[in-house]
Amino acid sequence: MLCSAILALFFMQQPPADTIDWDEEFSVETVERDPSTGEVPTDPYDQSNANAGAVPFEGESMAARFGGQDGIRRIVERFVDLNFADPRIAAIFEGHDEVRLRRTLFEQFCYILNAGCDYTGRDMRSSHEGLGSRKADLNAVVENLQQAMHEEGVPFAAQNRLLAKLAPMKGDVVER
Amino acid sequence: MNQLLRYATLPVALAISHAPVAAQDALPEKEAVPQPSSIGSFTDYNAKLLLTNGVSAIDGASGGGISDWATIAGRQESRGVGFQAHVTAVLLPDYLYQSHGLSVGIADRLELSYARQNFDTREVGAALGLGRGYTFNQDIFGAKVRLFGDVVYGDELLPQVSAGAQYKRSLDGPIVNAVGAAHDNGLDFTLSATKLFLSRSILVNTTARLTKSNQNGLLGFGSHANDGYALHFEGAVAYQFSRRFVLGGEFRSKPDNLGLGEDDWLDIFAAYAPTDNLTLTAAYADLGSIATFGGQRGAFLQAQIAF
Repeated sequence: MLCSAILALFFMQQPPADTIDWDEEFSVETVERDPSTGEVPTDPYDQSNANAGAVPFEGESMAARFGGQDGIRRIVERFVDLNFADPRIAAIFEGHDEVRLRRTLFEQFCYILNAGCDYTGRDMRSSHEGLGSRKADLNAVVENLQQAMHEEGVPFAAQNRLLAKLAPMKGDVVER
Repeated sequence: MNQLLRYATLPVALAISHAPVAAQDALPEKEAVPQPSSIGSFTDYNAKLLLTNGVSAIDGASGGGISDWATIAGRQESRGVGFQAHVTAVLLPDYLYQSHGLSVGIADRLELSYARQNFDTREVGAALGLGRGYTFNQDIFGAKVRLFGDVVYGDELLPQVSAGAQYKRSLDGPIVNAVGAAHDNGLDFTLSATKLFLSRSILVNTTARLTKSNQNGLLGFGSHANDGYALHFEGAVAYQFSRRFVLGGEFRSKPDNLGLGEDDWLDIFAAYAPTDNLTLTAAYADLGSIATFGGQRGAFLQAQIAF
């Protein structure tokens, strides 16, 4: 009896009006992306190559092994794709400004590999703050970078030389 | 199907805990990006980078084949409990050595290990009056704690450093006493430092060991003439050819308490991880003279699984 009453009420419900702005009802803030770059604006910070967190390689041999700026760009694109799709760490990347990440990561690798770029992103500590990353997450990211470098045909020893520049950053990027 | 087959080899609980991950993989938007092969059914069970859990040394601790390293067993990091199991055989001209064991790595901090060693004397047993095929047996219980540092990350000049202790118990008390050993059980203490120098793709390990063990304890501990602890050295150098393949060499110095001409050990090893959870190690080991029978050189073979 009670069940059929509930069922009757259920069917008598009116659908909500189509005109309701649900984002406004739930005070969802929309993020305005920069119309030209497509990036979400950040709070101001001091831009410096020192923010890249590593001393770049000397000479052009490392940049050549990574296929120059074109190769580095392909590696970064693939690397970011892998990270966003990796179920182990996707939750960390979710909601991140992917456009900006692709640009700053490219700049960072390009700068460290001495392929002719300046790094304009934030330093490693503030750019990883609040992500709650663990060492296991860092390992997953390293594996994805290895995969991306492997697919681009970067020799393993050269892959490790880049990782050697990134490995000391662990203290700044791992939080727990 | 491949996924299903892999599940079938695991307890049902593992399969259930991974079902949501498998479901996520099937979402259409995820299909846009092909995923690396390492992301499979053991996703959460492989937190460490490949091979950074080492292989199982003959003492049961994680390390190289004949030397202990500062590594912690299992493929888990700070929030997990990993384990690894191994079976090892060393085929020597006059002996057959076999061991197997299990170790647990807790939060990449504490390693607890157990190994059983079986040393078949074959024809030598008859020559020594023990009987043909007499087999020496030993249990080794080990504990190792990572004190500080990291094998892979951080300052390249700051290695991972671990301290360990191993309780070894020979199961052939009367025989080892007759050979001249003072005890049929003993404790080894180790202090190890391990670092992967990424810029050179070279891994280096050094270990200092306080020990009384005769032939690793298989011939007991100390002797009536010489029953003090001695400090010994273990070293390993390995070159990383890929994520899955390393080639290296090891050295381990040993005391000669019994005066039987016991030699230091050497080997050249290759370790290969055909899957994320299996490591196969093959080495050419020179174990020198054992119980007066010299020139004991042969193949060291090991299969290890780790999670």
